[in-house]
Amino acid sequence: MANNEKKQIKSTSKLLNWIDERFPYSETMRYHITEYYASKNFNIWYVFGVLAMVILVIQLFTGIFLTMNYKPSAVDAFSSVEYIMRDVEWGWLIRYMHSTGASFFFIVVYLHMFRAMLYGSYKKPRELIWVIGMLILIVLMAEAFAGYLLPWGQMSYWGAQVIISIFGAIPLIGEALVEIIRGDYSISDITLNRFFALHVIALPLALIALIFVHIVALHEVGSNNPDGIDIKNYKDQDGVPIDGVAFHPYHTSKDLVAIIVFLMIFSAVVFFAPEMGGYFLEYSNFEKANPMATPEHIVPVWYFTPFYALLRAVPDKLGGAILMGLSVVIPLFLPWLDRAKVKSIRYRGWIYKTALSLFAISFISLGILGVLPAEGIYILLARIFGVLYFGFFILMPYYTRIDKTKPVPDRVT
Amino acid sequence: MNNFKSSFYLTLVLLMLMTNIFAAAGKSLEKANNDPSDIGSLQSGARNFMNYCSGCHSAEYVRYNVIASDLGLSDEEVKQYLMFNAQQTFDTINASMPKTDAAGWFGQAPPDLSLMARAKGTDYIYNFLKSFYIDPSSPTGVDNLILAGTSMPNVLWELQGHQFIVKEDGIGHLELGDAGKMSEEEFDIFLRDTANFLEYMSEPIRNARRALGIKVLMFLAFFLMLSYLLKKEIWKDVK
Amino acid sequence: MTEKVDQSKRQFLSIATAVTGGVGIAFAAVPFLSSLKPSARARALGAPVEVPLASLEPGEMIRVVWRGRLVYVLRRTEEMLGRLVGLTDYLRDPDSSNMELQPSYAKNEHRSLNPEYLVVEGSCTHLGCAPLPRFEVTPSSDWFGGFFCPCHGSKFDLSGRVYKGVPAPTNLRVPPYTFSQTNVITIGIDSGAA
Repeated sequence: MANNEKKQIKSTSKLLNWIDERFPYSETMRYHITEYYASKNFNIWYVFGVLAMVILVIQLFTGIFLTMNYKPSAVDAFSSVEYIMRDVEWGWLIRYMHSTGASFFFIVVYLHMFRAMLYGSYKKPRELIWVIGMLILIVLMAEAFAGYLLPWGQMSYWGAQVIISIFGAIPLIGEALVEIIRGDYSISDITLNRFFALHVIALPLALIALIFVHIVALHEVGSNNPDGIDIKNYKDQDGVPIDGVAFHPYHTSKDLVAIIVFLMIFSAVVFFAPEMGGYFLEYSNFEKANPMATPEHIVPVWYFTPFYALLRAVPDKLGGAILMGLSVVIPLFLPWLDRAKVKSIRYRGWIYKTALSLFAISFISLGILGVLPAEGIYILLARIFGVLYFGFFILMPYYTRIDKTKPVPDRVT
Repeated sequence: MNNFKSSFYLTLVLLMLMTNIFAAAGKSLEKANNDPSDIGSLQSGARNFMNYCSGCHSAEYVRYNVIASDLGLSDEEVKQYLMFNAQQTFDTINASMPKTDAAGWFGQAPPDLSLMARAKGTDYIYNFLKSFYIDPSSPTGVDNLILAGTSMPNVLWELQGHQFIVKEDGIGHLELGDAGKMSEEEFDIFLRDTANFLEYMSEPIRNARRALGIKVLMFLAFFLMLSYLLKKEIWKDVK
Repeated sequence: MTEKVDQSKRQFLSIATAVTGGVGIAFAAVPFLSSLKPSARARALGAPVEVPLASLEPGEMIRVVWRGRLVYVLRRTEEMLGRLVGLTDYLRDPDSSNMELQPSYAKNEHRSLNPEYLVVEGSCTHLGCAPLPRFEVTPSSDWFGGFFCPCHGSKFDLSGRVYKGVPAPTNLRVPPYTFSQTNVITIGIDSGAA
C-alpha cells in the first residue's frame, strides 16, 4: 500500500519526473525530509547533531582552501601558515575559522553525547547509532590529533611527541608501533607528511562515511525525544505519528534559528578571540618546532585534557596508557551497562541523576586538571575524579537497576 | 531538578577554585597598557623597532608595504623612515647582522620577532625590555630579571639609564642608578609603543578583523530575527 | 480566513529569510574566492623588473625574466629599422591589429615606445618555445632578419611580427613597460598607468 503510493506521486514538473524515473530523488526527499517525522518537543539538547554537521561542512571547506596554500614539510610548514595568515587574501579568516571550528567541533560533539545520556538515546533500538557515534568520536580525535601537528609549532611537535610515545608503553609491540606511526626514529618531516595525508584525505573520508551511516541508522528507527517515549506508538489514520512533525519545514526552520545562534557565537570567537586565552590557539605554537628545546608545560589541546588527566593520574606508564584508552572506549558500552527500564532522565530516580551530575563534574574537572601541572593536590583530585568517572560506568548495571523510576507518560509532554 | 541545580553550583565553585589556583601560579607582570588601535603609537613603535631592534633581529614575515598601508604611511615615508637595508617595499624585514655571525658572537642567533608577542605576550616583552640590570659577571655586562642569563645586551641603556639589582630577603628588585636620556615616564611610553608595534607585527590583521566582526554579528542578528519569526510562524501549526 | 493571512506572511518570511541567507552565503563566498587571487608573495615575486640600457650596444639583445616569462630587449640599429618597411605582403598582421598582443603604444611599425628599443616576450605564439635571434640578412632565402623559432619553424620580423605561412598565428607579445628613467626600462609598469 505504502509502496504504490510512493511510486505514483508524479510531479507537474517534467524535469523532476525525468529525474525520478532514473534516480530516487523525490522518494528520498519524502522519506528522509518532508515525510520524516521527529517529535515535536525537541529542546535545545537536540540541536547539537545539526550543528555538528554544520561544523563538518565548515571544516571541510576551510580545510580545502588551507590545503591550497599549506606546505606539509618540516622546513616550510610553519612559514606556510604565516604565509596564509599574512600574504594570502583572507587567509587569516580561513585559518581562524578552521582552528575555531576544530574546538567547536568537540564542544558540540561532547554536548551531543551528553544529550544521549540525558534522554537514553543510546538505548534499544538505538544502540548501533551510539556505537557508530563512538567510532565517529574516535576518528574525530585522530583527525584533530593529526591536524594539530601540521602547523609545526612547539606545542604541535612536543604534544605529538608525548602522545605518540604513550603507545611505546604497550608491551612487546610498543616500540615498533611507535616507529611505524612516526615513520622515522623521532618525529620528523616524514611524520608530518604522513599526518598530512591522514588529516586531509584518509580520516575525513572515514569521518564522512561514518556520519552517513550514523544518519542512516538514525532514520531507520527515528529520533528519540526528551521524554524517551516512542512517538510511533500513536499514529493518525495516515500513519503519521501524532506527536511528530515533519522534518521539513518544522525541524528545518527550528534548526535554522539554532544554526544562526551558533554562527553568532562562532563568529564572535573567530573575529574577537580566536586564541581563546591560549586554549584554541596555544601560545607556544607561535614558535617554530624546535626538537632541541622542550617547552615548560606540554599539554594537549583542551578537548583531550580529560583523558590526559587520567593518563597522568596513574604513576605507571603502561597503566596510565591503558586507563586513558579505557576512558575513551568505556562509554561505548553504555547501551548495555544501563539497566533502567526508562530512557529519559525526566523519569529516572535520584540515584541516576546524582550519578550523571557527578560524571559531568568529573569530566569537566578532569579537563581542568589536564591543563594544570601534575603536582601536589592536583594528582589527588585527578584520582578522585577518575574514580568517579569510571564508577559512573562500572557501577551502572547495579544502580540503574535499583533506581526508583517514575511512571513514563504515553504521549510527549 | 534540585540535584541539577546543586551539581551546577558545585561545578561552578570547583571551576572558580581551580582557575584561581592556576592564576596565582603565574608570574605577575606589569601591564604594558598598549592600545593596538593607536596608529600614532604604532608609528613610533615602528621607528623604535627599526632603529634599535632590526640591527640584530629580523621580522621575516612582515612586509614594509603592509606596515605602510596599516600604519597610514606612504611608500616614500616607509622608504625614508623604516627601510634601512631593504630595496623594495614588498620586502620583509631582515636583520642587518647575519644570523650565523650573530650566533657566533652572542651564543645563539637573535630570534626572529615576527611572532614573539603572540608566543610570549606583549606584557612579557614590555617587562623584558624594562628589566635589564648591571651584572659584571655576565659577558654582556647585564642580566635580565625576566629572562635570567639572556644573551641579549641592553640596547636601550642610553635611553633608560643603568639599573642595579637590590636584594631584600632573597627577593630582588631593580633600582635606577644613573639616569638615561629619557625620564622614567618617557621610557615607559617608548617601551609601550615598541611593545605595541611588536604586538601589531605578530598579527597585523587584528584591527581589521575586529571591525569586520562587528558587521558580521550585526548581519547575523538581523538574520536571526527573520529566521526566528519564520520559525514561530511555521510552528503555529503545531500543538 | 486566517489561513490566507498566515499563508502570505509565511511566504513573505520564507522569501525574506531565503534572500538573507543567500546574501549571507554570497558574503561568505567572497573570502574563499578572493583567496584564489595572487597572494602578496606572488605579487612581490611578480613585481616589475628594471632593465638598465646603458650597456646595451646597438644590434645587441638581452634576455630578462618577468613573472616567470622570458622577455627580449633588443637595441635596433637604423639599418634594422629600415628593414621593417615594405614587409606588409609577407606578414600575417603587419599593423598589429590584434589588440590583445601589445599595449596601445606598441601598435605601430616598430611595435615599441621608442623605435630604438624592442621589448617583446620570447615566447613563440605557436606553442611557447623561445624564438632564436636571427638578425642577419640572407637574401638567398628571402630572410630580412628577425626571430626564428627552432621548434616548428615560425618566423618573426625585427618587430616580432609573424610571417605568413608559418605555424604561429599571431605576432610576439609586447608586455607592458615604461621608461622609468631615460636609460632604464621597467617591464611590468604600463606607460599609460605610470
